[in-house]
Amino acid sequence: MVFARPPADRNEALRLALLELADDHLVLSQRLGEWCGHAPTLEEDLALTNLALDLLGTARTLYATVAEREGKGRSEDDLAMLRVEREYRNLLLVERPNGDFAHTIARQLFFAAFMRPFWERALASKDEVVQGVAGKALKEMRYHVRHAGEWTIRLGDGTEESHRRMQGAIEALRPYLDELFVSSEAAQAAEEEGVLPVRADIRPEWEETVSDVFARAGLTMPEWPHPRLGGREGFHGEELGHLLAELQYLQRAYPGAQW
Amino acid sequence: MTQEAATIDRIPEDALLRKAWEAAAAVPDPEIPVVTVADLGILREVRLEDGVAVARVSPTYSGCPATQLIETAIAAALEKAGFRARIERVLSPPWTTDWITEEGREKLRAFGIAPPERAAGKRALFGEGRVACPRCGSDDTERVSEFGSTPCKAHYRCRTCGEPFDHFKCI
Repeated sequence: MVFARPPADRNEALRLALLELADDHLVLSQRLGEWCGHAPTLEEDLALTNLALDLLGTARTLYATVAEREGKGRSEDDLAMLRVEREYRNLLLVERPNGDFAHTIARQLFFAAFMRPFWERALASKDEVVQGVAGKALKEMRYHVRHAGEWTIRLGDGTEESHRRMQGAIEALRPYLDELFVSSEAAQAAEEEGVLPVRADIRPEWEETVSDVFARAGLTMPEWPHPRLGGREGFHGEELGHLLAELQYLQRAYPGAQW
Repeated sequence: MTQEAATIDRIPEDALLRKAWEAAAAVPDPEIPVVTVADLGILREVRLEDGVAVARVSPTYSGCPATQLIETAIAAALEKAGFRARIERVLSPPWTTDWITEEGREKLRAFGIAPPERAAGKRALFGEGRVACPRCGSDDTERVSEFGSTPCKAHYRCRTCGEPFDHFKCI
């Protein structure tokens, strides 16, 4: 059985750390893309697909870098389209299904509130590619946070029904939040080398952003003593398999197809 | 980003280099064809390396679907001008709307797109600057959506003349 094995050496660890990030971005991008043609308004349809494009752009640069450094002749497409779910190393949070609009917005707020300070610190990365990606992604994450934050407030502070749904989405996603701040063996290697920022250090800033939004929205963050982990080791919910089936369908059905 | 950054990294000196720069610089943006890649500041540099014209290009947004098309168009323009061409994608320093030239800003405005404000930077979590209507000049405008017809534009409406318009987002 194929699975996300731990790194064999330092160089592989550094590559896998970038692969984890790439997977986070691709999977969340695909989730947002599922809203295309289904969002509550035309403006929101455009917004969600715009956000998806930003994430896809970041994922592509990271995949291309991993493929090049690996030197096995694989391409960014091979990494995205030909790995099975147990080889995907994304956070469980990003693969959570879209649910209602409140679920999508909550997931987006939690992710963007983490990635904004993450990229801000990554501007000082010793890796040139990470530095370059960080410069672009930071600007984008600022408006991702704004977009999700504005909606969270609108829904949390809206009608009784919108508040109930927003609070419900937060509670449904709460078990998946601690994984944001956990570094895998690969990520730890990258953190030691000054390639990526230390994930645990980002928690205070993340909490500040989220509680600022929640205070304005009249929402509360429940306690959750049992974090759900495992995404980085390839242990995913069944939902990821469905997502990949759609994402990879063409390459699976017609291997090597190009257009 | 300082004003200097808005100019090309190296002013072309000899005629050949100038020819290459001019060919590449004239390529229009595929989605906003009134401005060129030089107006937008995404063409960072053109240099000659062993007879190959190397154009360095910065993408606007990470996932801008026009990036690849722009690179292909610049390579084609260089080849048409008689050069062998190569494109280098430059991520760092990241492109900012501050690199759009004055001329580019005017062209955008004349086309009905409100140009980005100067000095892109860190904005507060919420709140935004005033955007003037490109048609009547009024400051009394409202944002309909932060996401418009392309990744780089937001959708606005003027309360004075009633016209909807695009705003080139400031990043």
